[in-house]
Amino acid sequence: MTCSRRDFLKEAVSTTAAAVLPLSAFVFLSTEEAKAAVANSTVRYAFLIDTNKCVGCGMCIKACKTENEVPYDAPVTRMWVERYIITKDGEVHIDSPMGGRDGFTDNTVYGEEIDPKNIAKAFFVPKGCNHCDNPPCVQVCPVGATYQTNEGVVLVDRDWCMGCAYCIMACPFGARFFHPVHKIADKCTFCYHRITKGLQPACVQACSFGARRFANLKDPDDPVTKIITTERVAVLKDLYGTKPHAFYLGLDHDVR
Amino acid sequence: MKWHVLHPLWVGLGVVGLIIVAGRFLVPDGFGVHGRNFTYGYYRLGSLQDWKDFPVKYQGRDSCAECHEENVRLNSASVHAPVQCENCHGPAVDHPDSAQTLHVDSSRELCLRCHAQLGYPNSNRGAMPSIDDRRHKRGRECRKCHDPHNPREKSE
Amino acid sequence: MSAENIVHGVEWTVKELFVYPNEFIYWSIQIVMYPYITGLVAGAFVLSSLYHVFGQKDLKDIAQFSLVFSLALLPVAMLPLLLHLQQPLRGIEPLLTPHFTSAIAAFGIVITVYGLIVMAEIWFVYREYFVAQVHELKNQPGLLSALRRTVYRALTIGASDVSDAAIRVDKKAATIMAAVGIPTACFLHGYAGFIFGSVKANALWMSPLMPVIFIMSAVVSGIALCMLTYIIIKEWQAFWRRRHDSALEASEIKGAEIDVITKTSKFLLTFLVIAIALEILDLIFRGYTAMKSWDILRSVMYGKDFINIFVLQYTLGNIVPVVLLLLPGRTLRRTVVALLLVLFGVFMMRWNVVIGGQAFSLSFSGYMHYEIPVIPHSLNTFKEGVFGALSVMALPFILFWILNKFVPSLGQEIEGSK
Repeated sequence: MTCSRRDFLKEAVSTTAAAVLPLSAFVFLSTEEAKAAVANSTVRYAFLIDTNKCVGCGMCIKACKTENEVPYDAPVTRMWVERYIITKDGEVHIDSPMGGRDGFTDNTVYGEEIDPKNIAKAFFVPKGCNHCDNPPCVQVCPVGATYQTNEGVVLVDRDWCMGCAYCIMACPFGARFFHPVHKIADKCTFCYHRITKGLQPACVQACSFGARRFANLKDPDDPVTKIITTERVAVLKDLYGTKPHAFYLGLDHDVR
Repeated sequence: MKWHVLHPLWVGLGVVGLIIVAGRFLVPDGFGVHGRNFTYGYYRLGSLQDWKDFPVKYQGRDSCAECHEENVRLNSASVHAPVQCENCHGPAVDHPDSAQTLHVDSSRELCLRCHAQLGYPNSNRGAMPSIDDRRHKRGRECRKCHDPHNPREKSE
Repeated sequence: MSAENIVHGVEWTVKELFVYPNEFIYWSIQIVMYPYITGLVAGAFVLSSLYHVFGQKDLKDIAQFSLVFSLALLPVAMLPLLLHLQQPLRGIEPLLTPHFTSAIAAFGIVITVYGLIVMAEIWFVYREYFVAQVHELKNQPGLLSALRRTVYRALTIGASDVSDAAIRVDKKAATIMAAVGIPTACFLHGYAGFIFGSVKANALWMSPLMPVIFIMSAVVSGIALCMLTYIIIKEWQAFWRRRHDSALEASEIKGAEIDVITKTSKFLLTFLVIAIALEILDLIFRGYTAMKSWDILRSVMYGKDFINIFVLQYTLGNIVPVVLLLLPGRTLRRTVVALLLVLFGVFMMRWNVVIGGQAFSLSFSGYMHYEIPVIPHSLNTFKEGVFGALSVMALPFILFWILNKFVPSLGQEIEGSK
């Protein structure tokens, strides 16, 4: 009888050993080193997007693609602008040609020209990564290639991502894509390389109308933070519980 | 006691051991839980610095003003004040070090991004001066008549 | 833009109406193949366990075969993933830095543990045969025999005691491996269902029923494939013997045993009925609760994918085989047709989940059509096209043929049968 129980041992030991794998893979840094690298919980970045101000010029997308080296002619983009035209018959026409990269210069939607006389309301909605507080994309990465910094910025480790696309499928907002050159998952990085130097994200700087702004939610003196905390703001797809940190002014119920 | 039943166990442990050893060599330094928790903070620490080191391209209007005072002053006093220099002139990067001149986009399409008439009611777009692309000086570059730095003035 | 820098998905995705700019069909045919193959692995193992654990003595032959076939299928399960990954050389990472909050991270652990269990069980079952082969090949001349002998010696892993007591312990150990293997096999495929079911962003996938539906249909496909391969091999062997050895009496030539088939069919039917019941339940709930996604889901299921779902999967893949297997006077030929339809139906189920879940946009205002690449014109269109899928489908049979040379499982005489 004791002989066969050894087989259970085998099962138990191999499973435990395998579960212990992740611990054995760590190189332990000293507490000071680790803390210094990820210090800064006095910062929580967020976007404030005012759809009342956006005119659909698409300069933000042009700036983002150039700044962040996303191939200009590729049909993928880190952030984009959607146009909503609600005609008087109640129909909602939505488009985002090449993400709005070239702006919107006529009223042709999917080959059909819409007469301005029939338009009840029309507006533009800039979108991108929401840098959620509970990012589902980070939760589903099988190898720890995507993560959230202490400032709330969600980033991808280009040297570790294996390109399984699980994070792309998990994002409810469609913010992620495969970078055609690097062949890994890519997304808006909040221009981490700029904001950590005191600069503005490229899209915020490029916007001539103040439709795109950003804030440090933990700084009460930040003027944009004041707007977020005192005016009525909305987020996209709240029901998914991801706690997005791109706040919208003037978000219409028809926005997808 | 039939010890031979343990032989598959040794093989199994050997396989697991191999994987652990491989991990020692293949997993980069600094991989672990940093910051929040295992769910959202499991990554290679060096990735943060990799992103911080990403080259900056757009420098911003203040950087242009260091040399191009006149044009910036003119622009800032005009209705095009909110428009960034680099929106039309492209990113400065390290100009003038690697590029003496920046190529300026003076195409009609650039201006149409804001100024093509779309006729949207209650919209910031609708509030801007706009033209019907098919009717107004069709095919011509806008800057032939309108000075981009000071659009209310006729250009030379 | 050069050919290597084409956006992944743009070659086989056709967008209609409003789809977010970054949406493409990222999970294509290879992601359909992966749960299909792991389903076959799990199902084959469960079939084998029906004999080893539940003592269904008349299933001994088919159980032997499906155990070895389950092992042949296992390495093939990894191939669709490697073909799909944008960085296949990093494919080992889930074993090195598994992020356990992700269902896919479980893959590394599960496949290793399950692989070890299956190999251990085969070892316990065949150890006596390995030892016998080492002795038999000792006096045979030739390089090939020497090589084979070396392989068998390695396979004994130093355990050459074949006394009655040792063999009894082997049998006990095999039973325990089979018993432990059943929940492991279920986990191997249940987690694949969890991969889809836990994606809250996808309106079609998000469902607690997903892992259960996947396991049920996995068992169905595994049993069906093993039955089908078993029938084909047995009938082929009988045909061969009849042609080449007319001295043998007709009664000595055995093809596929009809009562073995009957018994296995009953198990197949049970799981088939459960699988379709769960899918119908899921559909009814969605229609009744009518969440925001229901409008577009309905237009996809009842419109664009109507044939894929209701004709190919539910009718041809489920209802018709049930009828064929239940009607009296069941012949071997009718069973084969039913099994082929079942395998097709399970494939369509995987297709309708994976591709169907990407047939509509996250915006709920647009559609994406999947145009699977047929003639490959690049590495990408081969890997994620028809020929890539066919390569994956063919490989288990090739591996089984090789495996069978060392671990014979088709009812040939094995020294000291279990």
